[in-house]
Amino acid sequence: MNDAIKSSYATDLGRVRDQQLDERSLHLRRLIVRAIDKGKRGHIGPALSLVEIIRVLYDDVLRHRQQEPKWPERDRFILSKGHGCLALYAVLADKGYFPIAELDRFCHFDSILGGHPEVVTPGVEACTGALGHGLPIGIGLALAARIQKRDSRIVVLMGDGEINEGSVWEAAACADKHRLGNLTAIIDYNKLQSAGSVFEIQNMEPLADKWASFGFQVLEANGHDVADLRRTFARAMALPPNQPRVVICHTVKGKGIPAAENNASWHHKAELSDHVRQAIGLKD
Amino acid sequence: MRKRCLDMVYTLAQRDERVVFIGSDLSPGLLGEMKKTYPERYYMEGVAEANIIGMAAGMAMEGLVPYVNTIATFITRRCYEQVALDLCLHDLPVRLIGNGGGYVYAPLGPTHQAIEDLAIMRALPNMTVTAVCDAEEMTRLMNASLDWPHPIYIRLAKGGDPIVSRPAKDFAIGKAIDMSEDAGDAEALIVATGVATTAALEAGKRLAADGVRCRVLHVHTIKPLDTQAIVDAARTARLVVTVEEHSIVGGLGSAVLEALADTGERMPPVRRLGIGDEFAHHYGNQQKLMDIWGINPHGIARAVTNGLARARQ
Repeated sequence: MNDAIKSSYATDLGRVRDQQLDERSLHLRRLIVRAIDKGKRGHIGPALSLVEIIRVLYDDVLRHRQQEPKWPERDRFILSKGHGCLALYAVLADKGYFPIAELDRFCHFDSILGGHPEVVTPGVEACTGALGHGLPIGIGLALAARIQKRDSRIVVLMGDGEINEGSVWEAAACADKHRLGNLTAIIDYNKLQSAGSVFEIQNMEPLADKWASFGFQVLEANGHDVADLRRTFARAMALPPNQPRVVICHTVKGKGIPAAENNASWHHKAELSDHVRQAIGLKD
Repeated sequence: MRKRCLDMVYTLAQRDERVVFIGSDLSPGLLGEMKKTYPERYYMEGVAEANIIGMAAGMAMEGLVPYVNTIATFITRRCYEQVALDLCLHDLPVRLIGNGGGYVYAPLGPTHQAIEDLAIMRALPNMTVTAVCDAEEMTRLMNASLDWPHPIYIRLAKGGDPIVSRPAKDFAIGKAIDMSEDAGDAEALIVATGVATTAALEAGKRLAADGVRCRVLHVHTIKPLDTQAIVDAARTARLVVTVEEHSIVGGLGSAVLEALADTGERMPPVRRLGIGDEFAHHYGNQQKLMDIWGINPHGIARAVTNGLARARQ
């Protein structure tokens, strides 16, 4: 990432890189590793950059009921970046949407937890995995809330590679047209896509300016700093309700496992070493 | 047929507050009454098919019933993954209204000619695929569509099509209609869909004048296919001819062949009339392009006569 791009953000990217993780964040990572160990596969890097974002959403932001996943007044969360599903599964299991033991059956023949999210999983709102689908669906959910006079808020989490897709920008223009103040987009900006650096594969900078020019109110956060995420999401939700908003979360792909951090080859892993387990306190 | 279809969207919207209309940059003033009466359920969006399919899916997830309309090629080819995943994988009650099925847009060239729409929609799990034959039948389909629990592709013809369909009591999604109940022990079975049924009926009349009895089975729902009706009618015929304004790859003809083959029984020979496996090389008008492939009363009658002659050998 060059200096010009760095200086366009207020977030200290060094702090993002060095962000210490608390016990709850490590616990959620242990659940992710447990699922990969048992499933013998999984997108680990893309899940690890999402943990704090999804944790804070479910702990502090979204109005939801784990005993009643289809509660009509709930806020809707779509993990458009479906390949990060292990982070979502870990949080949903931890919240009690399904037993934690289900994680041991990740990707098994008759599991409710597949390699991409599907609506058979309690708490999952939409089947995602093919990229660029979540924001258009979010537009429909946001318009439906308006038609049905519900104050449900819609949150769509996308990857930084995902926003290469044209459908994301079709939806962005549409969100602006309809002044969807009940819609919040989140970008997991870990700056690595499958093939390598997003700045080499498909640079989307100036990213904040792009979203602003599409009519979004733009906020940014350190995507691993729980306190910063809480503050930023609270600010996002409190913004005037006549404009959609986007929160650009600066993150580290593979966060929490030193060997995986910022390492594109950790996009998908089938086998994990004891080294990895040690990093998150799974083994002494 | 198109006008009736869209008028019916407004009628259904008056009847049921779940009904929403979404268009993609269509004619100015389209469904103006609906826009005026129910502005919160009328959406004229930009040229962004991927987005409108996802948007319709999101609405349907919340219990609404969106009717989405644009040109057939754009609502099928352009956003196929959105149709497959957002609509079919979630099995949502979204209705896709495709303007200009087949060669309707002949002068506009292959970019606008939906010659494989039935095939690609038919390949998707949970999708219902329809092609009615006239405006009266469109009314019946639209009434039936309101509470159908799956996504539906509704193929539109040119408009101003002659009325040949039967009264309302006959219509149900997924049920073929025998258009010649008086055919008795017909020699040939003609299975047709969309406005090709009109040509098939005319061919049937000409053949009857020549002493050849034909049964015309109108298949307004290509999927789910009324396999029972087709198989039953084929069992007593000496020849089956399928007719469609669609590629011979994957459409009605293919569906009929599959249904007959799956019986494991000995079936009469099948001849398929449809568009050859190529993009159009000409402009002109719809009928002229169909004439190339014999999709007209003369071509159908000839296919029956020749087919029966060969079957007798």
